Amino acid sequence: MAENKARLLQGNEAVVEGAIAAGLRFFAGYPITPSTEIAEQAAAKLPTVGGKFIQMEDEIASMAAVCGASLAGVKSMTATSGPGFSLKQENLGFAVKGEIPCVVVNVQRVGPSTGMPTSPAQGDVMQARWGSHGDHEIVALCPSSVEEAFRLTVEAFNIAEEYRTPVILLMDEVIGHLREKVVLPSKEELTIKHREKPSVPPEQYKPFAMDQGRIPGVPPLAAYGEGYRFHVTGLTHGEDGFPTNNPAIAEKQIKRINEKISSNRKALCKVERFFLNDAEVVVVAYGATARSARKAVKDAREQGIKAGLLRPITIWPFVEDALSEVKANLPKAVIVPEMNLGQLVLPVRRVMGDSVPVIQINKLAGQLIEPEEILSAIKEAV
Amino acid sequence: MALPLEQYLRVAKMPHIWCPGCGHGIVLQAIVRAIHELGIDTEKTVIVSGIGCSARAPGYLHFDTLHTTHGRAIAFATGIKLAKPELNVIVITGDGDAAAIGGNHLIHAARRNLDITVICFNNNIYGMTSGQYSPLTPQGSYATTSPYGMLEKPFDLCNLVMGAGGTFAARSTTYHARQLTNVIKEAISHKGFAFVDALSQCPTYFGRRNKLRTPLDMMNWFKDRAVPVNAWEKLSPEEREDKFPIGVLKKTQATELTEVYKELIQQLQQRGGE
Amino acid sequence: MRVELRLAGAGGQGLITAGIILAEACAKYTDLNVAQTQSYGPESRGGASRADVIISSNEIDYPEVKAPDVLVVMTQEAADKYIPGVKDGGTVIVDTTYVKQLPEAQSKGFKVIEFPISGKARELGREIVANIVALGLLTEATGIVPNDAVMAGVLNRVPKGTEELNKQAFAAGVEAAKGL
Repeated sequence: MAENKARLLQGNEAVVEGAIAAGLRFFAGYPITPSTEIAEQAAAKLPTVGGKFIQMEDEIASMAAVCGASLAGVKSMTATSGPGFSLKQENLGFAVKGEIPCVVVNVQRVGPSTGMPTSPAQGDVMQARWGSHGDHEIVALCPSSVEEAFRLTVEAFNIAEEYRTPVILLMDEVIGHLREKVVLPSKEELTIKHREKPSVPPEQYKPFAMDQGRIPGVPPLAAYGEGYRFHVTGLTHGEDGFPTNNPAIAEKQIKRINEKISSNRKALCKVERFFLNDAEVVVVAYGATARSARKAVKDAREQGIKAGLLRPITIWPFVEDALSEVKANLPKAVIVPEMNLGQLVLPVRRVMGDSVPVIQINKLAGQLIEPEEILSAIKEAV
Repeated sequence: MALPLEQYLRVAKMPHIWCPGCGHGIVLQAIVRAIHELGIDTEKTVIVSGIGCSARAPGYLHFDTLHTTHGRAIAFATGIKLAKPELNVIVITGDGDAAAIGGNHLIHAARRNLDITVICFNNNIYGMTSGQYSPLTPQGSYATTSPYGMLEKPFDLCNLVMGAGGTFAARSTTYHARQLTNVIKEAISHKGFAFVDALSQCPTYFGRRNKLRTPLDMMNWFKDRAVPVNAWEKLSPEEREDKFPIGVLKKTQATELTEVYKELIQQLQQRGGE
Repeated sequence: MRVELRLAGAGGQGLITAGIILAEACAKYTDLNVAQTQSYGPESRGGASRADVIISSNEIDYPEVKAPDVLVVMTQEAADKYIPGVKDGGTVIVDTTYVKQLPEAQSKGFKVIEFPISGKARELGREIVANIVALGLLTEATGIVPNDAVMAGVLNRVPKGTEELNKQAFAAGVEAAKGL
């Protein structure tokens, strides 16, 4: 039988394929539905490429081990779902503060608490943004197909390495468990980025320098064992990495860590635009929900309704500019379907202000919003 | 042997934050001396800590250092060691850090027999937060959260580690500084998970509340209660009352995790290459 | 063209494997798009089990099965639960080894194919290949994916040493469909 280049791949499997293609060589995790296949695949595949997998004693330890491995210079990842994502938040904050590149996958299920382990949700959108304490920026990407799960995992590593920051791959159970036909890009087609290493001698190395790096505000990162003898702490620190209580230094450093993300919003924010040019009604949807939205927009177009879809691929930082463009066209309405009580609709509403009515569609009990539900909202809006 | 401290310490970061009379400086010196006497490559040595008074030690050590979150030092260290097995990884932890919030990581690292060294600066109190009881506070002792005396029984951390499968466990005190250095040397040299329970005095928050006002009172308290392990073996249960053994309590060999992993990777890659 | 297929029965009957085999055959050996989902959770351990496959010549947007065009049921419970939801004019393949009575939904005019799928597998030597008998039946009866593609898919996924038995099982399913 002649094979084509396509494969049948599950979303969770695609994450591991993408991660290894991006250079993942250390995975620490803890079993949790519906992300467990990621750990299982990582356990099977990593040693075959010289990498290591470890099932830690808990979710907290896996996030910690990922930070440790990354500081030793190895690209690292963990994967979890709601309850585990809650447990990881402290060390996720440590990765933000220590500027440790790493990828955290959250395959969202219904919460709060243990919720509905095998059912999809998008209830962790705000937790991804603000789950860890203190002022911080975060990057979160949201795939809506198996192929995109692969590509965005590569992208998550690239961003983590380039910006010295943890990146969250915010999946949902639908995409995590979905198997689809995919043609994975070849090695040559992929761009793989690596963290910038210091070029100065150890005695001049400032791991948290204010004004160094290819990307301003992202200082180069040495690896442990290379002779740089540097210090990393979760305490607020100066350029040399040592704790400080000096308010001026503290403020500068906290701002730098925030601004290296916020000031690069344009580079980080990716969207898909589908029939947006002349759209009178715009659906803003992400993840699995965007699949239903796409179908609804197609059906609306077939019925002569000018509907369009804006799909945020980057969830955080928020796709402010793309939304402002939508607003400038003054559509009759913006519809935001989400498998939660309304989370990403909050910044959408903030951008639209009083100019454009924003309509929510929310579903909570673990069922994917159906195209017909979105279509009827589109029809009502025109 | 003269100890060239400046080779190992970040002298510019002195003075340290520890109180006058605190035992942590003695334990820190024992670590530095052990590293010096062993002659291990300081550029290939990473020192990791959690949160607490002890956790500040890596900040003063001129190595690659990582000051992590409360209780999690061993978990961070696990990532470092697995990622780069050629590094010596030493964890400095406290009794609250290792036995309370991080207890799970301690027993699992012992079970895995991962080749890291964990040195617990055990002052049986939470010093950084001003004197709350820890899982190592002796029954009946006073702390700000045990105003009527500690109601609970403490852990014996060496027993805990040995029970969890740790292949090396030792105990010493700041009074027995020379022995402390020696057991730390043995721990660092040990291939596998090594644990040192280093008893250290906290006159400020433990001694003051427990009629051991001066550092000397506290070190005498160690001296009076510590029994070398050989002698300990011969004591009756009654004689062991209020005493504890010091020295190397366990030293065995078992397969070590990074070695097992290395073999697995070689096997898989050979198989893949065929 | 968008065809929605559902294979439903009990955990242990291998229906999820069958769904994956069908989907993989589509992905690897045809130009069609495919999406596969399944029931998860405690119900997949001994209780009810379900695999859904969507095959389409276009992009598959909504990835879930709402009203199957083709349904395979291998327990009475699955028959009762899923037959009423089959699309008008759809095809229902019934394992009469376990399904003794069809629910009251036959007025919709869908095609019913009855065959003792599990019984046939038992005859071949092991009931565990009932899923492959079902797959042969489904492939031949629907004609959506070429038989040799699905057969190749079967051989990709079954344990080493069981190829011959699985080939026989698939062929038995195909035969059964032809004879109906």
